[in-house]
Amino acid sequence: MDLLANIEKPGETDYLNCIRCGLCLAVCPTYREYLNEISGPRGRVALARKSMEGELELSPNLLKQMNACFACLACNEICPVGIRPAELTLAMRYVQEQIKPTDWKQRLFGGLISHPGRMETATLPLRLYEGSGIRKLIYKFGLLRILPSQIRDLEAMLPHLPQRPLRQVLPEKTEPYGESRYRVGFFLGCAQNLLFAEESKATVRVLRRNGCTVITPMDVQCCGMPARGFGRLDLVRAQAKHNIATFEKANVDIVITDCATCGSTLKDYKELLRDEAEWGARARAFSARVQDISEFLSQIPLEKPGGKVEARVTYHDPCHLRRGQKVWQQPRDLLSLIDGLDYIELPEADWCCGSAGSQLITHYETSTKVMDRKLDNLVGTGAQIIASGCPGCQMQLNTAIHRRGLEVRVVHPVTLLDEAYEAENADKIKG
Amino acid sequence: MQTRLKDELHQILGNKGLLHTPEDLAVYGYDGTFVEAQPDIVVLPETTEQVSQIVKLAADARNPIVPRGMGSGLAAASVPFPAGGIVLCLTRMNHILEIDTENSTVLAEAGVVTADLQSSVEKLGLFYPPDPSSIRHSTIGGNVACNAGGPRCLKYGVTGDYVLGLTVVLADGRILKTGGKPIKDVTGYDLTGLFTGSEGTLGIVTEVLLRLITKPQYFKTALAEFGLLVDASRTVNAILAAGIVPASLELMDQTAIRCIEEAMHLDLNTEIEASLIIETDGNDEQAVIREIEACARICQQSGAGSVKMAQSEAERNALWKARRSMAPSLARKAPNKLGEDITVPRSAIPEIVQRLRRISEKYGLPIVIFGHAGDGNLHPNILFDKRQPEQWAKVEQMVGEIFDASLSLGGTLSGEHGVGVLKRPYLERALGSVSIEIQRNIKHALDPLNILNPGKMFPE
Repeated sequence: MDLLANIEKPGETDYLNCIRCGLCLAVCPTYREYLNEISGPRGRVALARKSMEGELELSPNLLKQMNACFACLACNEICPVGIRPAELTLAMRYVQEQIKPTDWKQRLFGGLISHPGRMETATLPLRLYEGSGIRKLIYKFGLLRILPSQIRDLEAMLPHLPQRPLRQVLPEKTEPYGESRYRVGFFLGCAQNLLFAEESKATVRVLRRNGCTVITPMDVQCCGMPARGFGRLDLVRAQAKHNIATFEKANVDIVITDCATCGSTLKDYKELLRDEAEWGARARAFSARVQDISEFLSQIPLEKPGGKVEARVTYHDPCHLRRGQKVWQQPRDLLSLIDGLDYIELPEADWCCGSAGSQLITHYETSTKVMDRKLDNLVGTGAQIIASGCPGCQMQLNTAIHRRGLEVRVVHPVTLLDEAYEAENADKIKG
Repeated sequence: MQTRLKDELHQILGNKGLLHTPEDLAVYGYDGTFVEAQPDIVVLPETTEQVSQIVKLAADARNPIVPRGMGSGLAAASVPFPAGGIVLCLTRMNHILEIDTENSTVLAEAGVVTADLQSSVEKLGLFYPPDPSSIRHSTIGGNVACNAGGPRCLKYGVTGDYVLGLTVVLADGRILKTGGKPIKDVTGYDLTGLFTGSEGTLGIVTEVLLRLITKPQYFKTALAEFGLLVDASRTVNAILAAGIVPASLELMDQTAIRCIEEAMHLDLNTEIEASLIIETDGNDEQAVIREIEACARICQQSGAGSVKMAQSEAERNALWKARRSMAPSLARKAPNKLGEDITVPRSAIPEIVQRLRRISEKYGLPIVIFGHAGDGNLHPNILFDKRQPEQWAKVEQMVGEIFDASLSLGGTLSGEHGVGVLKRPYLERALGSVSIEIQRNIKHALDPLNILNPGKMFPE
């Protein structure tokens, strides 16, 4: 066991305390697709324990099982003993990277994703693809048909891309439309900056409308979730420290994000840095300030929009919001504020959509199976809009909807709120 | 494992249905107990025909087969004990084949998750009552193999009361169909009953035909809190003696309540010694309300400090979710727990509760008491630390005394978990030598090569 001698290992309680009751199998999206013990949390916990105790080798197959977990957190939530199988698989991925670091992960997460400027340059071709009209042409002539299904699905993931990253457009300080009642920080996540800029613009407009001075530090790095999923906890911690220090300088009491994944990671900084002397307290203070946009809006006296959005709408709970942050009622409450929306609850609304960050790339087969289950439920609702406050889920849903040729719009719930405000403005101009 | 057998299995199942890496074998060596032993190979068949072919091969090779569903069992009946053999996992046979609304029956493959089966029939207004706590993580085939119970069995009966017919692969690979849709059937021996609860030792159940009833429309659920455990246990009989048959009547002692509270944060009173969860149901709302109110009055007359009614479906669900998490949440209190499921005639409930407390005091290890008190089925759980050898020695003695207490009051070893590996040493005490001999004869008649789940059920 020399390999394991000087590295950070998972906490023993997360595998020793498993009593193998099997409750987690009922809620695990990967188990429910494969119906094989090794694809479920209990099996993964058993493998982690046996490898930590030296009974099994840290074989490629064993590590593959640790990487197959979608980290949807459903097992963490249901476990009656209180162990966290999903965290355990992430910790095991870190074990793997400590023993044998993967070169491309260092380059991708350390070299590229930690630097917003480089990310913006690297994703320029995507924006050109949309901005130059090539995307439109490709759709018009049905050229996507010649591509393999996975590439086609990845293309369909992309929303309508902004011409410029939001970071280059949004000022550091945005004043409210009326009197300033709150001074809030805005954590602009990578996906929002590069892909969903329109949604975050809407988020900022909604905040301004409701009396917020919005401070958006431009020097933030990735929240760290992608690196965490790929086992580079060390990089996550570096990104966490950078972001904590950045927001300390911004001097805000509240840090808002409109990305479920960023939010859950930022709130988790306190755990990730718990054992680091200088950082423990700073991380606790920072994480306590973080709020999802729907969480924040539900706590302030929110202006009811005078305009309408006429559509049947449903809502998908992002794992990182529902379980990662225990936020599920608030986005539904926001939707109920909007006149004209006919809300219908999605069956299994909190079942993972299969996105899990990058599973459509790394675990295509499983990801699409899980996605199909979500889509079957969506089709049953007859909804024209599905709202979900997570870019990962939104991309996955876009893919799924595209695959079936459906006409369902995927959108952030706060964007709908913004549209209702904008509709009110338009009415006023007309009136 | 012989290479030839492996090759032949591969021909039947392909890569997808045949597992043999060290990692695969490691995760098919356990169930919901602490017993563990590794199989030689794992098969995941998808049809009865495949199961039949596998059994034929295994019989030719004299290789044992251990059938299994989702592995939530609490008697180690699906652990490949002592070690080796083929684990035959039925989770991929998970289709509901027919729901017959006119005859109120459902035909399902063995691997259908019981909760999925329930929700499928409920969509059509039908109801499958048995509700083991593992309802979301156990299969209907496993439920039949163990004749599973659950809280609602007080009013509605156990799994076996709903099994009308079975498709069973016998030890030589032949496929047997028993029973059928008629409710009454005395044509020949009751083979359906024989295979139900046989823990995979007589045949492998691949399809199940179940009787359904109309779904009750109204439920009322109450939580009664008692300062004294003995009052709670007496109340159980007082309610039943008053002519009320609640759907469920569940008892929890103080440790049980505290564990649930710690796991679920339901704002339960953790200072009291015991609670009863009582649920009445039916299609006449007024009758359902009258019954729960009568139960509440009896509780108050018998010493309940408070009786709270669930005010909404969400409150009711929270209460039952808590109850279902009861056994596993005990693991918060101690590294290990051993849960039994003795069942006594219900008149003996107050007495068995007292005896369990005395056993706990004598050995100095906690016994948590909860269970389906209404039908006399209790789950005394001993909390201990297996890493301490002297504790483990005590646990073994305590288990013996718990069983003796149950038997001496006219009770039995197991109401719903089954015998598996864990209760074998006590079987003769419970059944006597004549019964054991007859049962061995039955086993020999159906499985002369002893390849179906050997090492289970019978004393060594």
